[in-house]
Amino acid sequence: MGDTGVPGVTVLEDDQAQSGPRRMLLNMGPQHPSTHGVLRLAVELDGEIIVKCQPDIGYLHTGIEKEFEVKTYQQAVTLTDRVDYLAPLSNNLGYCLAVEKLLGLEIPPQAQWMRVMLTELTRLNSHLVWLGTHALDIGAMSVFLYCFREREDILRIFEMFSGQRMMTSYFRIGGLALEPPRGWHRRVGTFIGGFPSKVEEYEDLLTNNRIWTGRTKGVSVLSLEDMLDLGVTGPMLRAAGLKTDARKDEPYTGYEKFDFEVPTRTESDVYARYLVRVEEMRQSARIVRQAMDGMPAGPWKAADQHVVLPDREKMKTQMEALIYHFKIVTEGFRVPEGEVYQVVESPRGELGFYVVSDGTAKPYRVHMRTPSFGNLQATSKMVEGTLIADAIASIGSMDFVLGDVDR
Amino acid sequence: MDSFIVISVVKAVVVFGALLTALAYLQWVERKVIAHIQVRPGPYRVGPHGLLQPVADIVKLITKEDLSPPFVNKTLYLAAPFLAMTLALMSICVIPFGPAIRVGGVQTWMQLTDLNIGVLFVLAVSSIGVYGIALAGWSSNNKYALLGSLRSSAQMISYELPLSLAIASPLLLSNTLSLRLLVDSQAGGAWRWNALRGPFPQIFAFVIFLIAAFAECNRVPFDLPEAENELVAGFHTEYSSMKFASFFMSEYANMITVSCMATLLFLGGWDAPWPARYGSSLVPTVLLAGAGLMALYHGIHPWRRRDRYSLPAAGAVFLLAAAVFLLPAVQSWLMPLFWFGAKVGSILFAFMWVRGTLPRLRYDQLMGFAWKYLFPAAMLNLLLTGFLVAWGS
Repeated sequence: MGDTGVPGVTVLEDDQAQSGPRRMLLNMGPQHPSTHGVLRLAVELDGEIIVKCQPDIGYLHTGIEKEFEVKTYQQAVTLTDRVDYLAPLSNNLGYCLAVEKLLGLEIPPQAQWMRVMLTELTRLNSHLVWLGTHALDIGAMSVFLYCFREREDILRIFEMFSGQRMMTSYFRIGGLALEPPRGWHRRVGTFIGGFPSKVEEYEDLLTNNRIWTGRTKGVSVLSLEDMLDLGVTGPMLRAAGLKTDARKDEPYTGYEKFDFEVPTRTESDVYARYLVRVEEMRQSARIVRQAMDGMPAGPWKAADQHVVLPDREKMKTQMEALIYHFKIVTEGFRVPEGEVYQVVESPRGELGFYVVSDGTAKPYRVHMRTPSFGNLQATSKMVEGTLIADAIASIGSMDFVLGDVDR
Repeated sequence: MDSFIVISVVKAVVVFGALLTALAYLQWVERKVIAHIQVRPGPYRVGPHGLLQPVADIVKLITKEDLSPPFVNKTLYLAAPFLAMTLALMSICVIPFGPAIRVGGVQTWMQLTDLNIGVLFVLAVSSIGVYGIALAGWSSNNKYALLGSLRSSAQMISYELPLSLAIASPLLLSNTLSLRLLVDSQAGGAWRWNALRGPFPQIFAFVIFLIAAFAECNRVPFDLPEAENELVAGFHTEYSSMKFASFFMSEYANMITVSCMATLLFLGGWDAPWPARYGSSLVPTVLLAGAGLMALYHGIHPWRRRDRYSLPAAGAVFLLAAAVFLLPAVQSWLMPLFWFGAKVGSILFAFMWVRGTLPRLRYDQLMGFAWKYLFPAAMLNLLLTGFLVAWGS
């Protein structure tokens, strides 16, 4: 590693150029088909074997954490979408829960169940993109398009709810942004009814495929201890044998009322991660089905008039409602002084929001503990000593989103 | 002598014209087949059902900026695509497409030249073909390209032996190296084809040949030299415009060549699966007439407004083609061409089907597979065939 003169930036240096074996330095990324965004891997190669690998992040840094400080609490919800753009609703949920905890808001049951249903659909969305791109990296082209076919259905459902396909911002502090649309029940029901058979289809193509198992079994094994040291969470950790899931360990937004399993494996290789995520898709479908069938009736936003925007109808007839609307929209709402840490289980792992309030309408500081960042720590340890092709498989199995890493 | 030159020139023009058109449309067919496997329509904009897409692609590739980076080894960099293309097209010279025909009182073979060692020629040319890839990767001075060409060389060493051994066993049965005589020795129906004929059917050799052929053509699951998810574009990363197109076309030309070879060596070439007296000559008529009737039916009950005229027109063309196949005058040369095309087409379809289904192997896995399984299997097959042939004679 050599210094480039820029603080904090180092590059790999061929220190053995004079003596010892000649090695090739390969700069994979930030523009490379399989680094899933703008990750740069400075790789030192001996033939096709990776001797040293240094991931270089920061190409997608957008200063989102700092931006939180100049937005009101409500405006900041839209920022969370942009962090992990494949799982926007999980991020919305984490942030909203943290602020609601500070406010001490009581969320009505329908909003909670709706949140569960939609975050699980988000998990399906994210896992489908992961499975598609991971399979594409290993060369199975068709799986990619099958996954995106189902993802399209999910995005249409999101569009129906929020008017947006990706940057939904559907969860607001105190409940939901809009009333659930008419006809959502049938739409979600049709999708979730057909989904398990689609998962079977993907498994038919991959699970027992000799080439697929050959490319994934025993590849990029990392022990549970190493993973815990490096801060890896989520499906990767579960594939290493630790049964950890924030939905079970510290239930939020009513997850304790749902019946689902947390799949685990012990092999801790690319194949185990694949199996865990595929099983998670099935479990998510189960949760969506339960949430849909048992959806309680009632209001879809909290009753706190200082925080939650009033109904349109009330605004036209009552003066206080109009005043509250004006106040909340123009200056936001004050959040009591304090700090809070809220964990949710995002599709990639443990997503934590640390929110500090100084009593004003804007957060003093918001820090995110993003799962992709933790998972990416394992890159060097996983790919060193393997072939380039294996490195591509391991990167795919980590399922990171660079927006989530760089924030 | 004069007539020999004239006939050769005419044949060369016809064969290469047909081959280049086939290359362009093979790519369209592949895109369509894979698209339908992947539940999407594929090329659809240029012409009806994207039928003019190949023309658009060619125009685009010709008019693109022809870039050569400053850091390349100029001579080899320019020679590599030329080499790949030339060698890929060369093997088609010795491939026969059908039996003798009479044109204007002149008898000639449907083949550019009947080399008495045709099989060896094709093997030799296809082995040199890898130089195009290796040189392209090396001269590009690009790390991804270099890795791609390294993989290609490793791949060649692994698949070449099983491929040759798989070819050797049908040669033992047919006892000739001339591709035309090979077909003659298999005439008389499917049970006389090398893949199926007794005492020892060469079905294993056929499968080994096909697997090795996938590797030879750099196709999924053995498309390691250009594995785009690992090596960006592999050996042709630094190539653009027509130079890239040459590599592209040589890959497809190689696919056609190996499919023709498989047909000639194992599937009896242009021989019908069963003799004409049991109605094999009616097969194309029945198929085309069926397609024509279906198009007419859907034309009468159209799904879309514009199908009302286009589908009956297509149906009429199909029925006309069906009628042409019934004419005794053309049957003698059209039937062999039909069967040859059908067999080559089926193998090409298998290439596309596999591409839509399977993931990619790792390059050490490909070598392991070739050396540990394919090579011993091909060897065993050759030994058994040799014993049986010696015992039988």
